[in-house]
Amino acid sequence: MNIVGGLRGIGKRVVNAVWRTGYGARFFVMTLRYSGMSFRRFRLTVREIFFSGVLSLIIILVAGMFVGMVLGLQGYETLKRYGSESALGSLVALSLVRELGPVLAALLFASRAGSAMTAEIGLMKATEQIDAMELMAVNPIARVVAPRFWAGVISMPLLAALFSAMGVFGGYVVGVVNIGVDEGSFWSQMQASVDFQHDILNGVIKSLVFGLAVTAIALFEGYDAPPTAEGVSGATTRTVVESSLAILMLDFILTAFMFQGA
Amino acid sequence: MSASLVELHDVNFAYDSRPILKGINMSFQKGKLIAIMGLSGCGKTTILRHIGGVLKPTKGYVKVDGQVIHELDPQGLYAMRRKMGMLFQFGALFTDMTVFDNVAFQMREHTDLPEEIIRDLVMMKLHAVGLYGTQELMPGELSGGMARRVALARTIALDPMLIMYDEPFAGLDPISLTVVGELIRRLNDALGATSIVVTHDVQESLKIVDYVYFVSNGAIIAEGSADDIRASGEAFVKQFVHGEMDGPIPFHYPGNDFNTDLGVHA
Amino acid sequence: MERTTLDLWVGVFVVAGIAALVVLALKVGNLSTYNVSESYQLQAHFTNVGGLKPTASVRSAGVLVGRVVSIVLDTSNYDAKVTMSIDKRYQFPKDTFANILTSGLLGEQYIGLIPGGDDKMLQSGDEFKKTQSAVVLEDLIGKFLYNSSDAKK
Repeated sequence: MNIVGGLRGIGKRVVNAVWRTGYGARFFVMTLRYSGMSFRRFRLTVREIFFSGVLSLIIILVAGMFVGMVLGLQGYETLKRYGSESALGSLVALSLVRELGPVLAALLFASRAGSAMTAEIGLMKATEQIDAMELMAVNPIARVVAPRFWAGVISMPLLAALFSAMGVFGGYVVGVVNIGVDEGSFWSQMQASVDFQHDILNGVIKSLVFGLAVTAIALFEGYDAPPTAEGVSGATTRTVVESSLAILMLDFILTAFMFQGA
Repeated sequence: MSASLVELHDVNFAYDSRPILKGINMSFQKGKLIAIMGLSGCGKTTILRHIGGVLKPTKGYVKVDGQVIHELDPQGLYAMRRKMGMLFQFGALFTDMTVFDNVAFQMREHTDLPEEIIRDLVMMKLHAVGLYGTQELMPGELSGGMARRVALARTIALDPMLIMYDEPFAGLDPISLTVVGELIRRLNDALGATSIVVTHDVQESLKIVDYVYFVSNGAIIAEGSADDIRASGEAFVKQFVHGEMDGPIPFHYPGNDFNTDLGVHA
Repeated sequence: MERTTLDLWVGVFVVAGIAALVVLALKVGNLSTYNVSESYQLQAHFTNVGGLKPTASVRSAGVLVGRVVSIVLDTSNYDAKVTMSIDKRYQFPKDTFANILTSGLLGEQYIGLIPGGDDKMLQSGDEFKKTQSAVVLEDLIGKFLYNSSDAKK
């Protein structure tokens, strides 16, 4: 093993990564371009909303409930030290609506629905279903990829909203019902500090962006997967890793834009 | 001179710089059933992909129905593909749809036929392959031979003028093998279509085909009718047809000399 | 094309998702107290706004009457210019006193309005003449320490 060989290996990987990025960008543009069918034949998209959205419901609702309950407990413990337990409602609601709702729902969505999308498309490719479709004069991007993409983009904000609502309920159960924080101040503090435009709409925008990123990554990884068993399983892992990182990085960027100076 | 539906003229193709096809000339006559034979990885499937317009030749051209495939625009190519049918190696049925939806797929995508007519057509196609009654099953519930026949019904859904088969006999038991072979012949004659069968199953295909091209290393090394091939004196064809262990294709991988590596010196 | 159970489930999902958004907006957020169309704007200058932020509430006698829209530094005399939008239903006399107050010891800061006795009412775009700045805790503690060290002497 010599230095030149090692350098050549690194160079090859870099070139490969850049190449793949370009291919991915073109894939994304093609998906948008061939999206007409997803809306003209909305049934195709509805079907995919079932697979990505409805089937993720249980995990989202349960996770949201527990996250809210933990927030209620931890928040209470911390706020008690400063004698401001009444601010529990605003703490729970703000953390959920601004951050935890969109981010955690997107992370769960990536591992539940994103990985399934990658595996499905990867297998369709491995078993030549994509090729078959292409040779039947049906554009697989329009028929298979785009409906899944739009289903993800539509499902994600709804799932995030359900997660947050469930979390607020969980926080309420622990804070008010269990611990006994005053119910009136719980809700009124919450309403006084959570702004519709500033917090809730921004949360919705975040989850839209996350949904877009996760489905685009999942679909591309599936479409680009080598048509073998190892190829598909590798692509599934990459989907979860890449979309989790993308969610967290995008979250930072979006937060910086949305809440600066406020 | 009878018209040829598909024509390959000096087709060359290379992946990166590795040549796959080297100057292939073929001509497929209308109404005939033609086989392309050769070892796995010799470029047979690549030829089909050129005819379907998935790949573009680096040199030469493929003409289908008088049009050069790689010069067509996307609309033209899609219009051309509607007149073709292709059966993939393992059927490539859509695993998330029922048998019925699989066969109806192209009718729904490409025509505005009402659902009742699609129903009747699907039943006819399933009947033609002897699988009437399986319409509600999912592809996963079918045996390999049945899946192949459903895929065949899907391939002929829009009565294509050209049907391509990619290894239709791979992985089938002897009975399914005969059934599929017989179906290929019968459908070809009933539809008046032209069929191209890519295969390495010599015995089964020689029974049904009109003409054979033998491909090795990306070039045609023999061609002729089934009888010509059986009687061929070409060493490679002989080894292939009779399945002999040694011949032009050696048993040993061309590595270093075994004795030298073992340290045995003469 | 007929309806399927799949459609039902997707319908349930979409309705539940939108309901969750509405709940968040009304129950958790402040959309129920939002009246963008029916409000007018008033200004006030403060020498120090402390921790006051845009969207902070404006209250009179403890009742929410509006919100802070923007806070900018007015470079003509280097003080803070606060713009707030007030619900149309509430009118205030010209000599109303605007205070920056804190809810609780460490709570959020808000603007409290104490109405005066003038007959004329403030119109959109008008300014509160009488204001009191935020109480800055550091200053307060500083003063207290200074005083107590004085007292010891």
